[in-house]
Amino acid sequence: MSRTGVFVCHCGSNIAGALDVERVAEAAGKLPGVRYAATYKYMCSEQGQQLVRDAIAEHGLDRIVIASCSPRMHENTFRKLLKDTPVNPYMLEIANIREQCAWVHTDREQATEKAIDLVRMAVAKVSKNKPLHSSFIPVHKKALVIGAGIAGIQAALDIADAGYEVTLLEKESSIGGHMVMLDKTFPTLDCSACISTPKMSEVAAHPNVTLMTGSTVESVGGYVGNFDVTIRQKAKYVNHDLCTGCGLCETKCPAKVTSEFNQQLCTRTAIFRPFPQAVPAKPVIDPDSCRKLSGKARCGVCQAVCPLGAIDFEDKDKLITDTYGAIVVATGYELVDWAPLYPEYGGGKYPDVITGLQYERLVNASGPTEGKILRPSDKSVPKEIVIVKCVGSRDKKKGRAYCSRACCMYSAKHAHQILDKIPDACVTVFYMDVRTPGKNYEEFYDRAREDGARYVRGRVAKIFRENGKLICRGEDTLLGRSVEVPADMVILETAMTPAPEIRELCARLSISTDEYGWVQEAHPKLRPVETQTAGVYLAGTCQGPKDIPDTVAQAGAAAAKVCILFSKNEIEGSPMISAVDENKCCGCSACVRVCPYRAVTLEEIDSREINGTVKRHVARVNAGLCQGCGACAAACRTGAIDLLGFTNAQILKEVDALCL
Amino acid sequence: MLRYAYYPGCSMDTTGVTYRMSIEYLARKIGLELMEIPDWNCCGASSAHAKGKWQALALPARNLAIAEKRLPGLDICVPCAACYARLLAATAAIRESDETRARIEEITGVTVKAGAEILTLMDVLGTDEGFAACAAAVERKLTGLKVACYYGCLTSRPRAITGVQNIESPELMEKIVSLSGVECVDWDFKTECCGGSHQVDAPAAARPLVERIFRNAKANGAQAIVTACPMCHLNLDMREEEINRKMGTAYDIPVYQFTQLLAVAMGASAKEVGLQKHFYPAFKRLDRTLRKAGTLQ
Ligand SMILES: Cc1cc2nc3c(=O)[nH]c(=O)nc-3n(C[C@H](O)[C@H](O)[C@H](O)COP(=O)(O)OP(=O)(O)OC[C@H]3O[C@@H](n4cnc5c(N)ncnc54)[C@H](O)[C@@H]3O)c2cc1C
Ligand code: SF4
Ligand code: SF4
Ligand code: SF4
Ligand code: SF4
Repeated sequence: MSRTGVFVCHCGSNIAGALDVERVAEAAGKLPGVRYAATYKYMCSEQGQQLVRDAIAEHGLDRIVIASCSPRMHENTFRKLLKDTPVNPYMLEIANIREQCAWVHTDREQATEKAIDLVRMAVAKVSKNKPLHSSFIPVHKKALVIGAGIAGIQAALDIADAGYEVTLLEKESSIGGHMVMLDKTFPTLDCSACISTPKMSEVAAHPNVTLMTGSTVESVGGYVGNFDVTIRQKAKYVNHDLCTGCGLCETKCPAKVTSEFNQQLCTRTAIFRPFPQAVPAKPVIDPDSCRKLSGKARCGVCQAVCPLGAIDFEDKDKLITDTYGAIVVATGYELVDWAPLYPEYGGGKYPDVITGLQYERLVNASGPTEGKILRPSDKSVPKEIVIVKCVGSRDKKKGRAYCSRACCMYSAKHAHQILDKIPDACVTVFYMDVRTPGKNYEEFYDRAREDGARYVRGRVAKIFRENGKLICRGEDTLLGRSVEVPADMVILETAMTPAPEIRELCARLSISTDEYGWVQEAHPKLRPVETQTAGVYLAGTCQGPKDIPDTVAQAGAAAAKVCILFSKNEIEGSPMISAVDENKCCGCSACVRVCPYRAVTLEEIDSREINGTVKRHVARVNAGLCQGCGACAAACRTGAIDLLGFTNAQILKEVDALCL
Repeated sequence: MLRYAYYPGCSMDTTGVTYRMSIEYLARKIGLELMEIPDWNCCGASSAHAKGKWQALALPARNLAIAEKRLPGLDICVPCAACYARLLAATAAIRESDETRARIEEITGVTVKAGAEILTLMDVLGTDEGFAACAAAVERKLTGLKVACYYGCLTSRPRAITGVQNIESPELMEKIVSLSGVECVDWDFKTECCGGSHQVDAPAAARPLVERIFRNAKANGAQAIVTACPMCHLNLDMREEEINRKMGTAYDIPVYQFTQLLAVAMGASAKEVGLQKHFYPAFKRLDRTLRKAGTLQ
């Protein structure tokens, strides 16, 4: 017979005000197996906890029921308390008589009856509890950061500075992401390259950081503390151990294609560094545009000119496998492909309708025009410039209801820069709202208007061409009339959208994305840099649109979470996970299919039957991966897989206690 | 086989007579059989749907019903953009819901399935067969004439019903009319609204809509505008003089139906396609273009 103690909490007047706690304790005292029942004003207080300790000692209790607030509040408090007593911390049940009873009922009599029912269920369940013991998982203190924009770089630096090893993965041939493409950054207008390139060199030179460019995640196995990750490193065709980065090959390569880094505004060669300050500062060959590697011609010019014999046309992709304790996803954003979405803006047929990012390259001193704002069609200086905000954002018809968050501010930046660089320029900004919720942001926007930017509230409905001008027709919703503004160049501030292939990556990591593909955080307020898979964290715009200050702050937070994990040698795994009774398991694999964490696998065992030993398959649960969600237990038709702490027997006891 | 049920619409004998003449000429030349739906009625055009939903659906639906019974198995060719929009809307509504269909049958007193496809004349001439037949019938080229193809708003909208992908810049008229040898300019007002029937009830308000179409055509180098709808044609052709007078502009842009240019290229004379019936002089520009290749008389 079990020896259960029941403790009913008043929670001040929270519970005691709505129901009769004394009657609940009295009824509890009469339940089978209950040896002791009491009430106290605040069970979670030190005095309340002492009451439990004393009762255990005095009455030889072997299991405990606390009737109080939600287990989310204090289950851990009471488990901790039991650690120092003879009672196993898992021989505990919480009856939630606050959130699910006192707070939602007004009839004192009925609330009391319900509280008694809830306690009766908890007492019944705890009678079937079994002592459980935590397992301990060793932590491999090496982190993997995926994506080397400013988010990934910052997270890698912070983790490395804390003394842990980091591998920083980047799919492009240089790290830096979008930030190095920008010219100046709001609201301080400091040069983007000047503040990001030092960080790029710092992370590359850091003794704790291994940089892997041209690399992506091929597969992920394992679990928190022990992820086994296979990385695909694309063939570079240049031996970086030999190459000095002299750049001779780039000057001689005859194959030219449009430059991704310069947003199609100029060309690059097939053997290339995306930009002069690239890290690593050594070229790679793009096999699609290389004449030799694509089989179009014999070429081989780079090989002939390289003074160090660094060119290696035989280079192959490499697969590298390593173990990581934690993973930070920092894959950033892309800009939406606006052309097919906006036939009314010409759908890409006007060269002088450009994106904000193209503008950043135009105004950048190391860009294709060396910082002179020249429009692409005829390289003339545009005088009349229209900036269109929210292109692709905040418009369900165009597929994205969300706000891209940074464009209000960088469009003010663009207006300011144009008015600064082109003295007699005329800048019109079409806007829906102006969103400036950051430190010094509103002041920055004010300044753009004082500089002379004309803000017109309304969307642009159509852009068409007449006599060499681009006419932007829209509605001025403040004046309630349509307007036509002629322009020499139009800048579209286009929506941020998640990096391509993000869904595949997330599937490999067993984390989820929202309807647009932004990576889902574990809790929007309280766990913003965690994912629902333990040991996988988020940094930067992969989680949703944001500017650089927010990106860097989030990267620091993700790094801190990694360091917390790495501060322990082993992590305590919850013992409330699934277990398989191999005698009952028929190997149907229903559990394998439903487990969202891929924690169940089928394994072959030797099974002794009446007619000798036979081989058969049974389910096996990986304790590191199982998150205790219970899906498998619900799916199993033979009842072979059971969730410890919530076994079928425990649940049935509860149901019986309520219904019989 | 180039054989279709044909819904001419009310304007073909009046404001759209030049369209009719050129369609008939062209049909003879390429062996296109247009079987007029017997006892057809007005489709409701641009006014019925302002009066009431059921009126706007039942009027065109009666025509669909007759075509089904009397010209079974034929798709329906509709040369007017407004009629096309109405017949297509009724077809979509009937196909979408049995309830709507039942209500329409109750109003019209005839059964209707709406199985036939509704096609513009451009759709018909744009089929492989129609296009080849046109190409084969061309005898002379209108080389050197720069035209802006104007579709109006109703052949592509609403997208949910028409399924047209490139609403802003369709290419079908360009493809077909190029057979006549004209050069089609790239411009931006292909599918803007001409004001529709508001040119009649609110001309002052609707005038700027047509003016903008002329303005953009001219700014992009067009010497003429080509339409594929009696209403679009009327609204542009009839208002050009008035716009020049009242708005101080000096447009000199004749407006042709695309079928007129094709018919002329196939050998038709000015009279045969009704060039003398235009409001804005349309003869000279074509005559000058053609001088090299033959005569318009
Ligand atoms: C025109 C424009 C102007 C802007 N101006 C400003 C400004 O003035 N001030 C400001 O604060 N913000 C500005 N922003 C916003 C700023 O660009 C972002 O906040 C910031 O760059 C986000 O950094 P990130 O590291 O999250 O993403 P990113 O810079 O996109 O970095 C992500 C990195 O991950 C890599 N990657 C992606 N997928 C994978 C994968 N599967 N495997 C490996 N690597 C991968 C990418 O190649 C990239 O290098 C501007 C944005 C735009 C578009
Ligand atoms: S082989 Fe020729 S095309 Fe290819 S990278 Fe070398 S120089 Fe360029
Ligand atoms: S020429 Fe050789 S050493 Fe110089 S950058 Fe090219 S590959 Fe490197
Ligand atoms: S930040 Fe401003 S410009 Fe960008 S989507 Fe939001 S409201 Fe539009
Ligand atoms: S309890 Fe959930 S996570 Fe654990 S094995 Fe079952 S289904 Fe997978």
